[in-house]
Amino acid sequence: MTQQIEIPSPSTTTIEAGYNRTNDLRKRRRLGETVIQTLLFLAGGISILTTVGIVYELSKESVHFLSQVSLIEFFTHAKWNPQLGNFGILPLLNATLMTSTTAMLVALPMGLSIAIYLSEYATPKASSILKPILEVLAGIPTVVYGYFALTFMTPLLRSVLGKDVVEIYNTASAGIVIGILIIPMVSSMSEDALSAVPRALREASYGLGATKLETAIKVVLPAAISGIVAAFIVAISRAIGETMIVAIAAGAGPNLTFNPFLPAETMTGHIVRISGGDLSYNSIDYNSIFAIGLFLFFITLSLNIISQRVVRRFREVYE
Amino acid sequence: MSEFKANLDIRHRAGHIWRNIFRASTVFGILALIVLLLNIANSAFGYVAIENDINPADLAINSIPIEQLHQVDLVWILEQNVSAGLFRRLESEMPWEERAREEIYDLVVERVVNPQVVHTWPLGGSLFHRAEIQAEVAAKFPGATLEFRSWLTGDFLTTPQSPEADRAGVRTAILGSGWTIAITILFAFPLGVGAAIYLEEYASDNRLNRVIQTNINNLAGVPSIIYGMLGLAIFVRALEPFTSGAIFGAVDDTATASGRTIISAGMTLGLLILPLIIINAQEAIKAVPNSLRQASYGMGATRWQTVWHHVLPNAISGILTGTILAISRAIGETAPLVVVGASTFITFDPEGPFSKFTTLPIQIYQWTARPQAEFRNIAAAAILVLLAMLLSMNAAAVVLRNRYNRKI
Amino acid sequence: MRIERIFADKNKKRKIRVDPLNLCHPRSNHAQSKRELIMTNNNYAIEARGLNIYYDDFLAVRDVNLKIEARKITAIIGPSGCGKSTMLRAFNRMNELVPSAWAKGEVLYHGENIYAPDVDPVEVRRRIGMVFQKPNPFPKSIYENVAWGARINGYRGNMDELVEQSLRGAAIWDEVKDKLDQSGLSLSGGQQQRLCIARTIAIKPDIILMDEPASALDPIATLKIEELMHELSKEFTIIVVTHNMQQAARVSDFTAFFNLGEDRAGVLEEYDKTNKLFTNPAKQTTEDYITGRFG
Ligand SMILES: Nc1ncnc2c1ncn2[C@@H]1O[C@H](COP(=O)(O)OP(=O)(O)O)[C@@H](O)[C@H]1O
Ligand SMILES: [Mg+2]
Repeated sequence: MTQQIEIPSPSTTTIEAGYNRTNDLRKRRRLGETVIQTLLFLAGGISILTTVGIVYELSKESVHFLSQVSLIEFFTHAKWNPQLGNFGILPLLNATLMTSTTAMLVALPMGLSIAIYLSEYATPKASSILKPILEVLAGIPTVVYGYFALTFMTPLLRSVLGKDVVEIYNTASAGIVIGILIIPMVSSMSEDALSAVPRALREASYGLGATKLETAIKVVLPAAISGIVAAFIVAISRAIGETMIVAIAAGAGPNLTFNPFLPAETMTGHIVRISGGDLSYNSIDYNSIFAIGLFLFFITLSLNIISQRVVRRFREVYE
Repeated sequence: MSEFKANLDIRHRAGHIWRNIFRASTVFGILALIVLLLNIANSAFGYVAIENDINPADLAINSIPIEQLHQVDLVWILEQNVSAGLFRRLESEMPWEERAREEIYDLVVERVVNPQVVHTWPLGGSLFHRAEIQAEVAAKFPGATLEFRSWLTGDFLTTPQSPEADRAGVRTAILGSGWTIAITILFAFPLGVGAAIYLEEYASDNRLNRVIQTNINNLAGVPSIIYGMLGLAIFVRALEPFTSGAIFGAVDDTATASGRTIISAGMTLGLLILPLIIINAQEAIKAVPNSLRQASYGMGATRWQTVWHHVLPNAISGILTGTILAISRAIGETAPLVVVGASTFITFDPEGPFSKFTTLPIQIYQWTARPQAEFRNIAAAAILVLLAMLLSMNAAAVVLRNRYNRKI
Repeated sequence: MRIERIFADKNKKRKIRVDPLNLCHPRSNHAQSKRELIMTNNNYAIEARGLNIYYDDFLAVRDVNLKIEARKITAIIGPSGCGKSTMLRAFNRMNELVPSAWAKGEVLYHGENIYAPDVDPVEVRRRIGMVFQKPNPFPKSIYENVAWGARINGYRGNMDELVEQSLRGAAIWDEVKDKLDQSGLSLSGGQQQRLCIARTIAIKPDIILMDEPASALDPIATLKIEELMHELSKEFTIIVVTHNMQQAARVSDFTAFFNLGEDRAGVLEEYDKTNKLFTNPAKQTTEDYITGRFG
């Protein structure tokens, strides 16, 4: 039996008006697409190359350095004095820890208080004004903060504590200003963590008769704790890597001291000072700053990775 | 019951105190910003005491002040007051007749009057302790005149560097920053947006792509000085034939720069902000509604057609906003450029990517590091220039962001 | 008017008892009326064979065998989450936009498996177009919305003509002919959906897939879309997902009923001519579903 009504079979080549199309579904060679995709992949790959470049270059020079200075001396010798062949990182590391600790003493309480204020107390209108101001604070170049440390913070400390106590260059002033610099970072990351705590948790707390403060401190804060910890860790990493403020205000010359009012050169400050001068490649000075750089890179990278882990754990709790 | 009440009072009082502490912290943050800005203004403006070698009034001829004297008279004053050797040298550089009157006037002021700032006062003191300052000038600098000065002037923007604070300007530094940032943008923008497109639109969820993504997030946290060391090792040292311009034959009198050139600086900053551009661009691309992609693919569009015709046009203002923010970070960067080898003193304009360079933040750093007060003043003026640049960039970003938010 | 006619048809056909197997052996039903013959012209536009669709290791659609008649409207109905959309998107490999989605089995288009490794999904989608649940015109002018797809598909004819013809075909020309340069987003929801249909027919596909095309629209706009589908079925094969049984009954020639099987995997429960499936379903679950007992 044949069909009574003819319907054109679609299984022939269809050349619709204006289209030149066959039934061939096989992959076309789209050269442009392939080239573009390759280029885009390479663009993404540059970031890998950057990391490889950092690790390779820092390690290469560090190996040269460690062929002349033993690792033990590097980490235990109490003096850094290239002229005398002393390459102990302790004075530099100590100064870095001094400035970073001072910075965290300023930034942690301040940043966290601001975060709590913004997320729990401030009206939406108030925080829409306050947040951009804090962003401005975060956007000011660090060299300007360095200027601020040297021309405002140091004179302030000297007039309060006495000129014989506080030197013109000192780690306290640099540390305090680094702290101010990272306040916005701590507050915005902590606020994100606090705001991510579900409303229901707050309502439950109010429902039990808790005050606003008790809710904020005993319920919201613990719930957001890993986000806040992550913010602190990133802030520490930022403080350790901060350069211009210490280069301007903390003093030139390694100095192993625990007195925050004396000058002491940090790891970053030392790298800047040495590389800002006349530096010949293949000298031990050149090699030594790369060894410091590698150590610095290792510390900050570890801190960042730890903070990412902490954040991820935090996300798992609430998503 | 009353015990309960007392307890409640304590709890409320604690709440009150803590709320004020939280609020005070916030105020402190804002105060810090205000103090920082005031501190800069304090140094950028204020009284200066100026002493002249010769009082300009004494140079008047027939009681016509030098401002109004004729060119010939000005040359005569020069001849009378400078050494014969200097006079001849100046003349041999360019004959007097060929020089403009203004130029000769400037020479008279510079060589004969020779005004020097002997003391400066900050803005705060200048505003509130005028009488004391005048008394101080009268006592300590009897020959000096007191003058209110803005260290930030038109001349400051257009004069090159100088070893003397009151003659120095930021022209070289602004041009250097401009060139460097141009290179940074050319280098980082296409790469950053390309990488973001790859990660958002092309990359499947495999190990390699996850490594790339994690790596980018980590790079964003690497201290900027490390990028400086990378730039020093790669661009300045390893790629010296390229970054010094030698392989292009572009070696001129700046050949001594070796690899310490604008292009090295620009690419170093490019690597530095690349992760920021990528992350920001990824956010912008993520914000493009998926329904658009579906519509496009559903019509038989290829991946690139979808990206080019639909994703990018809808993400572009977000991408640009993010890029502007990343670039304003680059404009303010100092440490990596010190490491890469910014010049400590150049007075000539950069001529291209293979010139030696200095930038505005570098200039600020170097002036701040000088102990003399006048250098603090011009550092403050340079900071104002830098902040104005950043402010206008951020304003542009805000405008773009608002346009973007309205559209979606 | 048209709706009345459809229901009139339906009433007439209610008396005809059809062997459900006639879909597998369409040649055996020559005893039927002329209209019935048209309805089973043994001309399949696309066919799924043993198709399983997964999201990662979650089986969303299990072992579907389904032949879609050319130039007919086939409705896919079933309870929410049973894999209707997933099934529909399998017909032009749109599932691939979800990274976790993958398919096992075959979808034959002109006898060729579109899941074969050497097949280009882009080429598939150029022949099998798609209209989405939520109208999604491009944020471009009305004209560009229609012209863009044609251009990237290599259209060489007169573009103005094609745009007009497509907009007329989607029954929206009269409403937009004076504002072709306005944004597609400025139109109402129903108009946007017809614009989306216009841009799809501008690329002259064989098959148009529609995923609940009227579910986001008001009743009047819905009616317009339904009328339009009828017109389009003269020229295109249409597969439409709907959760609205009235709509399936009104517009479609064939209906495939999907249901949630074990492990929440969707299965093709019953597939038949629409009037048969709605009046005399072969399975109890189908009857329960169309009478509103679940879903
Ligand atoms: N992108 C996806 N990823 C994972 N699972 C999905 C995705 N889309 C749909 N599913 C799952 O597949 C099943 C079928 O979904 P869908 O096809 O959208 O159903 P329907 O359209 O019939 O409501 C559901 O269980 C749904 O959760
Ligand atoms: Mg669906």
